[in-house]
Amino acid sequence: MLSLLLDQYNYAVVIILMMTGLYVVFASRNLIKKLVGLSIFQTSVFLLYITIGKVSGGQPPIVESHGSDHANSETLLFASIGEVDSVAQSSSEVLYSNPLPHVLILTAIVVGVATLAIGLSLVVRVREVYGTIEEDKIEEYDRIYYKEILERQ
Amino acid sequence: MHDPHVILKVISKFLVPFIALFAFYVQFHGDFGPGGGFQAGVILAAAVILYALIFGLDAAKKAFPPSWVRVGMSLGVLLYGGTGVLTWILGGDFLSYGVLAHDPAHGQHYGIIAVELGILCSVTNVMIAIFYAFGSRQPEVDEDNW
Amino acid sequence: MSFMSLFPQWIFEQGPAFLIVLPLLMGAIIAILPNRSMAWWFTFFVTLICTYTAFGLFQHIYFDSFLLYTMGGWAPPHGISLIVDGLSAPILLLISVMAMLTVIYALPASISEIEPKKRGPFYAAFLICFAGLMGMVITGDAFNVFVFLEVSSISTYALVAMGAARDRRSLAAAYNYLIMGSIGATFFVIGLGFLFMETGTLNMAEMSAILSDLDGGTRVSKVGYGFIVVGLGLKIAMFPLHTWLPRAYAYAPTKITIFLASTATKAAIYLLLRFTFTVFDPSFDYISIMLKYLIVGAAVVGMVFASFQAIFQSDVRRVLAYSSVAQVGYILLGIGIATSSGLAAGYLHLLNHAIIKGCLFISVGAFWYRFGITRVDDFSGLFKTMPLTMGAFTLGGLSLIGVPFTAGFVSKVKLILAAAEQEMWWAVLVIVFSSVLAIVYIGRIIMAAYFGSPPKINGSTFTKNEAPFMMLFPMWVLGLMSIAIGLNAFGIGDTFVSASEIAASVLLGGRG
Repeated sequence: MLSLLLDQYNYAVVIILMMTGLYVVFASRNLIKKLVGLSIFQTSVFLLYITIGKVSGGQPPIVESHGSDHANSETLLFASIGEVDSVAQSSSEVLYSNPLPHVLILTAIVVGVATLAIGLSLVVRVREVYGTIEEDKIEEYDRIYYKEILERQ
Repeated sequence: MHDPHVILKVISKFLVPFIALFAFYVQFHGDFGPGGGFQAGVILAAAVILYALIFGLDAAKKAFPPSWVRVGMSLGVLLYGGTGVLTWILGGDFLSYGVLAHDPAHGQHYGIIAVELGILCSVTNVMIAIFYAFGSRQPEVDEDNW
Repeated sequence: MSFMSLFPQWIFEQGPAFLIVLPLLMGAIIAILPNRSMAWWFTFFVTLICTYTAFGLFQHIYFDSFLLYTMGGWAPPHGISLIVDGLSAPILLLISVMAMLTVIYALPASISEIEPKKRGPFYAAFLICFAGLMGMVITGDAFNVFVFLEVSSISTYALVAMGAARDRRSLAAAYNYLIMGSIGATFFVIGLGFLFMETGTLNMAEMSAILSDLDGGTRVSKVGYGFIVVGLGLKIAMFPLHTWLPRAYAYAPTKITIFLASTATKAAIYLLLRFTFTVFDPSFDYISIMLKYLIVGAAVVGMVFASFQAIFQSDVRRVLAYSSVAQVGYILLGIGIATSSGLAAGYLHLLNHAIIKGCLFISVGAFWYRFGITRVDDFSGLFKTMPLTMGAFTLGGLSLIGVPFTAGFVSKVKLILAAAEQEMWWAVLVIVFSSVLAIVYIGRIIMAAYFGSPPKINGSTFTKNEAPFMMLFPMWVLGLMSIAIGLNAFGIGDTFVSASEIAASVLLGGRG
């Protein structure tokens, strides 16, 4: 059991972060702490994607042909869209890490930043309107405020 | 005059250009290493935000007027979308950079540079706009009250 | 009848990308327009052009059954592909039409609800939300789904919060929606990560081929599917993940409530269908177990529970919001009975419910515009003061209950028949029971409006104060549409039914 955990320690870290983040979101009554929990939760997802992208012994996925191998890079580009039948391979076979998860993570990070920005601006507005950022106090103020409006009618 | 922030001001005046330069380095080396539009945009915005933190929001707003920032946000998106529309006009599918130049490899190069520039513009202005929006909610603290 | 000649060839070639790009770029332009009144005109023309394009694509699908568009010229699976087929084309048309009608409604409504300084960004955010929803429905790449899901969701959070000028509870409602929506989207992306680990690709068609080769895949894809269902379930407002919906619908600006109620949950249901039936296959044992127990169970409980909660609400918007959760239960029940008649019934109810809820929420918005009322007790005598608006509300309400000769009746009957085919008699009972509950909560409002007397204003009894034309037009279009579907006037009912059957056959039989 312990050897399994130590072998897959990256996934264990992902799970710990994920559960921590979720717990903070659910358990805290302060609006900013909830956002922090959400960020932790999203960070665990980034970690999940990056760990599956790494190939052990793999190079950074950058084609080292610019200038001399110009024709080579062109054929590599167009093999994907079916214009060239056979791809001229470079002389030595190189093992690359998968670049796709990095792109996915970048997108997810940007989404996380945008969500955090909107969340924080909502918290700022809540603070201005209510004077507090504790969830239970906000509910209480709303209940009192709208009960008064009902009684006044 | 006794200015309590001399060290901060001197150091940040020294650092801001280097941060901006690093941002452009990250921007243009996105093809060959970690980097690209979003990272460079955030670093460039960090330079402006550092300036705003040390010298005050008003000084930063004089250097980067909020109206320019608002226009810049949309301009970046329009630059990216405009590249796609240009490829449409030149006959290809949306964002098929291959039609942008005389041969497809150069077209890809030009296309990526254009869209990364759009991303840089947009992200920088968005980050600065977010900072302005949060920073201007409350009046600035006087020098004596620090 | 074929309208193919009305559309240039370019619409069929570049239409899918055009549908996403136009609202996105116009949203960016509207945000920096100096002249605020142009914002409404731009938005209206964008939704008009998108409706035209979506209609063209719908016609194309009717005769050609499948349209594949490659972004950037890169063929799948290396590139992102946009797919329009019998499942997505009606929903694209639905979203564009609802957007156009909502924009027509918005001209008087946003003048009363949104400050002048914020109207430009309001329309810009609306267009970006619209672009995100279209992108969600039209894309054929799984991660692209997440991107557009978040584009539409984030603009929705901001738009819901703009109701703060009207009712300050919208801020907390928008925050709650943000937290739950982000958790849902993150669950979706975790599930996607697991799928990516299993299949090595992000293209949905390729994923489907690899998963059927692996005959369901290992535990990784099972876990992935579970995460995807929970994530999408949050966006669909599947019971018990629906708690964000009542407050978000009640306190948002009225235009946003109309748009969200008609489109946002429907696009998420489309994604659930896409993932369950196209990427995965209901022949995998874990998928059929999930459908039979989880989705049907959540649907049935949601139907009854949400209808009960709707009865006890004092605010009309919250009644309709809980009713939306119940109606989503109907749709999910149809999906859970994964036969072709069940899927067709669920899909038909999806389209019908969008029309019905749009009509109802527009009338409620008109009531707020004229009188500032939202509580059921304040609805007394509204038939005398706003007869046309109340008439449209009645049409929508009757259709919601499922009175014969309305759209709701057609889809509920189909649902009952599909459940009876599978001998799920308890499901038939639940459908009938929740329709009875719908009579209670809609009847309460209609009775107060027809048989009550309007409150005295300044000593005089009442004056007729009808809603403006820009609000009457969309609500009556939607109300008449629901009657037309029920009566099968001009063959509209048949078009809807055959569209739902084509969608069901796409889901069950593979593409084209």
